Amino acid sequence: MTKTLKSASKLEKVLASGAFAVTGELGPPRNAKAKEVEDKAKFLLGNVDSVNVTDNQTAVVRMSSLAASLIAQKQGLEANMQMVCRDRNRIAMQSDILGAAALGINNLLILSGDHQTFGDHPDAKNVYDLDSINLIRALRNMRDEGRLMSGQEIPEDARPRLFIGAAYNPFADPQDYRVLRAKKKVDAGVDFMQSQCIYDMDRFRKFMAKAVDMGLTEKAYFLAGVTPLKSLGMARYMKNNVPGITMPDSYIERLKGVPKERQASEGIRMACEQIDEFKETKGVSGVHLMLVEWEHMVPTIVKEASLLPRPQV
Amino acid sequence: MTPDAALKIEWEPKIIAFCCQYCAYSAADMAGSMRLQYPTDVEIVLIPCTGRFDVILALKAFENGADGVYVAGCLEGNCHFLDGNIRARKRVGMLKGELAAIGFGPERVEMYNLSASQGPKFAEIAREFTERIAGLGPSPIKRPADAGNPGES
Amino acid sequence: MIIAERKPIEEIKTFVMGRKRVLVVGCRGCVTVCNAGGTKEVGILASLLRLEAAKDGEGTVVDELTLERQCDPEYIEELSELMGGRYDCVLSMACSIGPQFISRRYPGESVFPALNTCFLGGALAHGIWAEHCQACGNCVIHKFGGLCPISRCSKSLLNGPCGGSAGGKCEVSKDIDCVWHLIVEKIESEGRMGEFLGIELVKDWRPSRDGGPRKIVREELLK
Repeated sequence: MTKTLKSASKLEKVLASGAFAVTGELGPPRNAKAKEVEDKAKFLLGNVDSVNVTDNQTAVVRMSSLAASLIAQKQGLEANMQMVCRDRNRIAMQSDILGAAALGINNLLILSGDHQTFGDHPDAKNVYDLDSINLIRALRNMRDEGRLMSGQEIPEDARPRLFIGAAYNPFADPQDYRVLRAKKKVDAGVDFMQSQCIYDMDRFRKFMAKAVDMGLTEKAYFLAGVTPLKSLGMARYMKNNVPGITMPDSYIERLKGVPKERQASEGIRMACEQIDEFKETKGVSGVHLMLVEWEHMVPTIVKEASLLPRPQV
Repeated sequence: MTPDAALKIEWEPKIIAFCCQYCAYSAADMAGSMRLQYPTDVEIVLIPCTGRFDVILALKAFENGADGVYVAGCLEGNCHFLDGNIRARKRVGMLKGELAAIGFGPERVEMYNLSASQGPKFAEIAREFTERIAGLGPSPIKRPADAGNPGES
Repeated sequence: MIIAERKPIEEIKTFVMGRKRVLVVGCRGCVTVCNAGGTKEVGILASLLRLEAAKDGEGTVVDELTLERQCDPEYIEELSELMGGRYDCVLSMACSIGPQFISRRYPGESVFPALNTCFLGGALAHGIWAEHCQACGNCVIHKFGGLCPISRCSKSLLNGPCGGSAGGKCEVSKDIDCVWHLIVEKIESEGRMGEFLGIELVKDWRPSRDGGPRKIVREELLK
């Protein structure tokens, strides 16, 4: 993997140094209160190398990811601003990319975005002018070729020097195609990839082995997604209701064997065991911790999983 | 005479003329009764009005070995069915585009206008178009072998 | 009806390239009415392809067939004896539903769309078709003097016209009538301006494509 840095990103420096990276996640509030972002940021500061700031996740209206990213950066975190293709066309997305880079954002994670029928405005029109793969390509061209999609040139010293991220999902269907789709993202120019929450380790191992075989992990950094289970109820819910996530029965059984009040700490322990394995898994460059509305547990999990201290780069 | 020119003379172009009964067809009659000379390679197809002309007729003619096709209708403004000749001109224009797109030579199809009293004009058109096709050579669907062997067409 | 137009012959040539047995399949539905893919257009395309192939000295066979409709499995079934190796290229001259139905019914066949499916519209005159509907799934034209701002306004405005309307034309092109200009004129001429001044509230786009691909199931019609 080339060690010439492509961006001003701290996350990129950590990954390039060969250290096992840790990223977190922060969901902006459904209001205009900066303090809510600041409060969540406190739990993440010093515990992660970069924090994903979601873009109207699950199609629910929230403070813009750019604004919340900037608030988080003021707190000393490095934001990984998410951008979904659902709400903006290519004009708005390129414009927001230029604005984000100008304001000091270093990482941009590109997603298709959940369909608006899942959110609080199911009656909205959707956009999907570009899909995630085309947006990755557009951003790569803006950064590396200095061209907007129109072909308009961006001067050398004015290009958005963003570290480009995307998601990969080893668990969605059609199964065999998943690694090929990840390859498309790599080919489109992605620098790092974060996965959906992993529970089915067997399937993840198979996916990763294939990705390594295909040389994908030489071209982009792959981070493994971790969401500790808070309870047996959550495990059951995810098994039955969340598309694109597979939950092996062994997880359910293990939580069943633990009294309710100790299920959360058991969930954290299970996540730490996963993280230990990821550290040893060929092709995995770090973990992405998704503790949505459970941000205060981040310090605990990074400590228990021996992910501290975070490297200073 | 060069061998090329010899070949061209040896090969007889096959031309189909779709002629409106009210003008071009009558003009052809007149040309005949006036004993005007015009190329015998032109085969006339009588149509009630050039408005009856359709691109598929020309395409079928080409498929069956025509080297050129033209449509001859009344002078513009004098169509017995008001605008059959205007429509025919547009169809010929559209056909030229399609033929160009398949590399067939859009010059192999043309639209002419004349009146029933213009026998000499009919002969002139027949000569002019025949010369054009002779200059273009055989239809591109004819193999060089066929082209040099007039007896077989 | 669905308005379509034939793809440029240059593009169709790329579909046929290297294939020796071609079947051009027309449709007697909408595309016959809008002169894009009926028996006649099938004949023209097939003839052009034969001439093109013959010109290049290729012994390509181009056959023609027009089905009653290509958006109905019953008629797609009529192809069954012709499929399964007899042709190495099927060019459908229906709207895009046709080639989708054919390739679903006959997997393994190389099926290509010979038409571009353009819009839902009507004929303004012979040879002129215009978009009149976007199939948004919740018709509101009665609120706009019988004109559809969803499909006929470039911005789908519910409270137009925008500042770009000039001389009854849309800012996008002077070939486009500003439908909002027409709506206002119509409402005025009917003396209904008074009842037209309220704000037309946002549209629910769920019944449109935005809510995901749509399907209608009519229980009483099912076998």
